[in-house]
Amino acid sequence: MNIEVRTSAGSATAFLKGEVLRRLWPLLCLAVLVLAIGLLADLAPTVLQRRITQGLIYLVAVVGLYVFVGNSGVLSFGHVAFMAIGAYVSALLTMSVAAKGVFLPDLPIWLKSAEWAPLAAAFVGGAVAAVVALVVGFPLMRLSGISAGIATFAILVVTYVVIGNWSSVTGGQNSLMGLPIYVGPWTATAGALAAVGIAFAFQESRSALLLRASREDEAAAAASGVNMVRHRIGAFVISAFLSGVSGVLLAHFLGTVRVETFYLDLTFLIIAMLVIGGMRSLTGAVAGAVVISALTELLRQAEVGFQISGTTVAAPGGLGDVVLALLMLLIIVFRPKGIAGGREVSWPFRT
Amino acid sequence: MDRIIQTLVDAISVGGLYALTALGIGLIFGVMRLINFAHGELIMIAGYAILLMFGLPLWLVVAGALAAALVLALAIERAAFRPIREADPPTLLISSFAVSFFLQKTMILFVGSRPKGVDFLAVLARQVEIAGARLQLLQIVTIVVSAVLLVGLTWFLKATRLGLEMRAAAENFSMAQVLGVRANRVIATAFAISAVLAAVVACLFVAQTGLVQPRMGLQLVVIAFVGTVIGGLGSLPGAALGGFLVGAATILLQALLPPDLRVFREAFVFVAVALVLLFRPQGIIPAHGLKERI
Repeated sequence: MNIEVRTSAGSATAFLKGEVLRRLWPLLCLAVLVLAIGLLADLAPTVLQRRITQGLIYLVAVVGLYVFVGNSGVLSFGHVAFMAIGAYVSALLTMSVAAKGVFLPDLPIWLKSAEWAPLAAAFVGGAVAAVVALVVGFPLMRLSGISAGIATFAILVVTYVVIGNWSSVTGGQNSLMGLPIYVGPWTATAGALAAVGIAFAFQESRSALLLRASREDEAAAAASGVNMVRHRIGAFVISAFLSGVSGVLLAHFLGTVRVETFYLDLTFLIIAMLVIGGMRSLTGAVAGAVVISALTELLRQAEVGFQISGTTVAAPGGLGDVVLALLMLLIIVFRPKGIAGGREVSWPFRT
Repeated sequence: MDRIIQTLVDAISVGGLYALTALGIGLIFGVMRLINFAHGELIMIAGYAILLMFGLPLWLVVAGALAAALVLALAIERAAFRPIREADPPTLLISSFAVSFFLQKTMILFVGSRPKGVDFLAVLARQVEIAGARLQLLQIVTIVVSAVLLVGLTWFLKATRLGLEMRAAAENFSMAQVLGVRANRVIATAFAISAVLAAVVACLFVAQTGLVQPRMGLQLVVIAFVGTVIGGLGSLPGAALGGFLVGAATILLQALLPPDLRVFREAFVFVAVALVLLFRPQGIIPAHGLKERI
């Protein structure tokens, strides 16, 4: 690890030498990539545009998961629960009074009359997810890494059970419909840019550095005075916020929320994206989301079928999931650090 | 009074089922630090074997379930887990998650995701009267089978050479290897035993619910996971006790909670689990040798 000693005068010259640019280089590359994808979505025909938009929303979720998993080294199966929380909170705050009257007649009056602006509701959705993460983080983050990973599974199950049965507020097993649909390609792009920016800012921070030190060697970090639990909780809260926001985006992209959406299949998809991309770098998180989104779209086309000289050849439905799981296993065996190999985009020029 | 006995027997039988599942997971964790998500799929494949062979003599059906779980367990150990045996625990955890998802989705691809009914062990649905309480025969069988398996496994681990090797491997794998314990044999044995446990759980669970579906293992495994964590990850008595407590707690809560809160019973169980962990993060019966020496 490089240790840089800088004075304020030194950093001015450093800027001239392009050191700041060099440090921000991974962020810039990823931002340009996300913008290019947004532009592609803007130009694409309607169906493809929707798929790309959805891919960008998943990218937010994967980056959110990365903030915790990548820096702490603890796996989480619970982040889709934070997506669900964000989605439901925003749905309840933004649905029209009339729609709530139809789907949720038993709602408390103050919630029933709420019709918030989308941005405020999105923020509150993320914030509620973050608060939940803070509360459950206290007992769970004290566990050793592997136990903590398993315990996050409980977050997913509890959230699923509570949302699926709390009929008066969430509609239970029924879908909530009539959410304002405000997420298009550019909103998703803005969300993805913000997520990448926040994740990058966090991983450059002191707290994230200490957390990564504890990831590499818990005992040595503790001996150097690193309070691992505190930094873990911090990363958990930030990543829950991002996951919550991705849930908000997904809800207002689809226009409906359903508890089944936020369960095991989505959990697997998001984790597969992160693992295949490489969970030790932001570049890996983004790469995984992009590559797997593209691949699932191709497989979906294969399931619909191709026209070959008048006959339709189609892969059996559900093949996409099997291929995804197989791909993930192959990556773990043959390239355990994922596509990005645990590194960020590197500076291409010689200094 | 009858109701109390009924509820208690119910809690013990469900607790026993979860204890067996948690033990299957705990055994594998002990020897290779792998949390086996795919344990649920061993239960699932045994369930489908029961469905497929239903109608044949009982011993054949049970043997078929055992064989299916054994073959699958040894196959995933060989194909998926052996190549990455040296990897760190999080990587192992992810790969077992992927194996589980792969098996589940492959099954859905071939047989569809709809549950199929099977009237397995219908004889045991009978009620019997013991000490004034009417109990289902199946529950008593479940309790007896769980107890026998627990005792048998304890005997195996304490009194046989292979059991001793497994305990040594769980304590310190590389040291055990240096002293002549064969890694492949110990790990294959652990998978075989966990397959037997999975097949037995499948028989009892299918008899109880009368349904077989690709996701049937999941519910059992999630609760068993949490059981192994609160029991103390890496400790076998801990896994059995934790699985038992969590399973029994679900049933007791079902009986004790007011009706409109019953649907949230899993949430209550997990809150209780979080509270236990707040005070004993290392689990109820902490494992020795889990923390690396420095």
